[in-house]
Amino acid sequence: MTELTIVQAINRGLAEAMRADPDVLVLGEDVGVNGGVFRATEGLHKEFGADRVIDTPLSETGIIGAAIGMALYGLKPIAEIQFVDFIYPAFDQIVSELAKFRYRSGGQYPCHVVIRSPYGGGIKGGLYHSQSPEAYFAHTAGLKVVIPSTPSDAKGLLTTAIHDPDPVLFLEPKRIYRAVSGEVPDGEHRVPFGEARIAREGSDVTLLAYGAMIPTCTQAAETLAASGVQAEVVDLRTLVPLDEAAILASVEKTGRVVIVHEAPRFCGYGAELAALLAEKAFFSLKAPVQRVTGYDTPFPYALENLYLPSAERIVHAARAAVAAG
Amino acid sequence: MTDPPALVPLDYSRDTLAELLGPDWNDSLVRAFRWMTLARVLDGRMLALQRQGRIGFYGPATGQEAVSVGAALSIGPDDWVFPGLREQLVALARGHSLTTYMHHLFADDLDPARGRQMPCHPSAREVRYVSMSSVIGTQVSQAVGLAYALRYRKDPSVALAFFGDGASSANDFHAGANFAAVWNAPIVLCCTNNQWAISVPVERQTATATLAEKGVAYGLPGERVDGTDIVAVTNRLRAAVARARSGGGPSLLEFVVFRMTPHSSSDDPTRYQSADWMARARARDPYLRLEGLLRTLGLADDASISTWREESDASVRAAIAVAEAAPGPAPESLSTDVFAPNDGRPAPS
Repeated sequence: MTELTIVQAINRGLAEAMRADPDVLVLGEDVGVNGGVFRATEGLHKEFGADRVIDTPLSETGIIGAAIGMALYGLKPIAEIQFVDFIYPAFDQIVSELAKFRYRSGGQYPCHVVIRSPYGGGIKGGLYHSQSPEAYFAHTAGLKVVIPSTPSDAKGLLTTAIHDPDPVLFLEPKRIYRAVSGEVPDGEHRVPFGEARIAREGSDVTLLAYGAMIPTCTQAAETLAASGVQAEVVDLRTLVPLDEAAILASVEKTGRVVIVHEAPRFCGYGAELAALLAEKAFFSLKAPVQRVTGYDTPFPYALENLYLPSAERIVHAARAAVAAG
Repeated sequence: MTDPPALVPLDYSRDTLAELLGPDWNDSLVRAFRWMTLARVLDGRMLALQRQGRIGFYGPATGQEAVSVGAALSIGPDDWVFPGLREQLVALARGHSLTTYMHHLFADDLDPARGRQMPCHPSAREVRYVSMSSVIGTQVSQAVGLAYALRYRKDPSVALAFFGDGASSANDFHAGANFAAVWNAPIVLCCTNNQWAISVPVERQTATATLAEKGVAYGLPGERVDGTDIVAVTNRLRAAVARARSGGGPSLLEFVVFRMTPHSSSDDPTRYQSADWMARARARDPYLRLEGLLRTLGLADDASISTWREESDASVRAAIAVAEAAPGPAPESLSTDVFAPNDGRPAPS
């Protein structure tokens, strides 16, 4: 075990995967000599060389298109999109191509690609360095969507992603890249997809969240505990595949749910979770499902703390759920 | 009313052909003609079947066959092809089974992709023919990535990326051409300029005089080639492939052809194409031009041409009969191949 931050754990996971398999390579903007703008690829260029840690021209569609071509041949490219806000030029390559190659070729052309990208607000990044676009991608069949919230999961889920024969979008909570540090297993460490983590146990209300909202939910749970409400924090870890069983088990226990994400509310990932609860947990629910999310506006610069779900808003929603039944 | 322009003959001497195509030039030209014959027969039959409601869609390649056959004659079995809509003949001429292709056109259960794509979007990994989407241009940057992988693994193969004049406006042409040149990737960018993006003529697609000159902006050589001349196509493509294979870098070839049929079975070109344009296209029919050359050289006559046509007709009819008798995709195939593991087929090699 080593004490690492999330960004250090990602860096460690990348380096170990590259040492283990010469087919793994990294490409993106500023990932080479500079080590990435968040330093996630620090040291890789020096250790593995410019042919394996590729500073690409500034074109996201080129990066993902090229990564697809590498994977069609049999390599295992890890493409970095510098901020997920810049992923849209590559949306076509991801949605029309990457996600559909295996299906449309009857399995002849799988795409062993990982796309890593920092997402989310809280760093004073304004409209274009703060977004949470996970719902667009979770909506696309053929893509897996993964969001860690701890250093150990960051390495473990990334290692699983790198070994997964299908495309994985690995969204990194940049707000807590360095805010959270924790014990990370040395050597190969895999966290399976589709297994949610109970970040905190509780019996009165379930907080469903992922990524940078996990520490916020945990903080809310501490506040609630002071007034006698025990909140269970469920860290989904992977949005696709989704661990329905863990969600349903928690809700069966608590009967109340608050769904939390940074992305806008309308058609956000929380809407899918709410639908799941309506379909499969209806008779366990004691209160209406609550959502605490970003607002249905673009992501603001000066007012980001108003926009982002806060512990206070989560506490308020949880109390409303408890009061309702 | 003036007479339509006469067919522009291919005017090559035996010595010139030997110089341009190598010592087996006569065998190459006869093989090319036979593949082009098959393509003509296939286009005619499949458009008719589409009209009869027996297949759902068809994208003919009439007028563009010399580019596909020239490509097949210019690369080795380990080279990779990223096609556009009208390059299936490359796969067939490299050994993809006509019957398997027919299963794809009928979208039946024996289609390797289980009928998931519209016809004319086959996937044929056994001949390194990459699955395509209907999105224009995306294959260009993918092909560049594959070419990078070839060099990374020290594989001496090359990649060919096919796309049309319309794709020269699309994001991934520009990204792909730029990445190819920056990476000095072993690839040939093959722009088949058939002068139409459905209804939009090439002069409304670009302000440049040629598409080949777009290579200049990216630092890669661009060359315009008469794509209705099988000799020119093969000679220039072989040079570009040799350059890529030897580490000399990527290049852009613009093959000027005439789209002699509708864009697809869903298109009516009389809405936007003049009779005069089509008359000029007929004067550059790559099939008739090669036929003329073979006759002049004594490599074909009425009897052999008729025999080859009958053979193609018989093989197309036989493939249709097999495919039409095959069952539709099993309902379970709806949800296989979204993710691994697939349905028990061996992993691709």
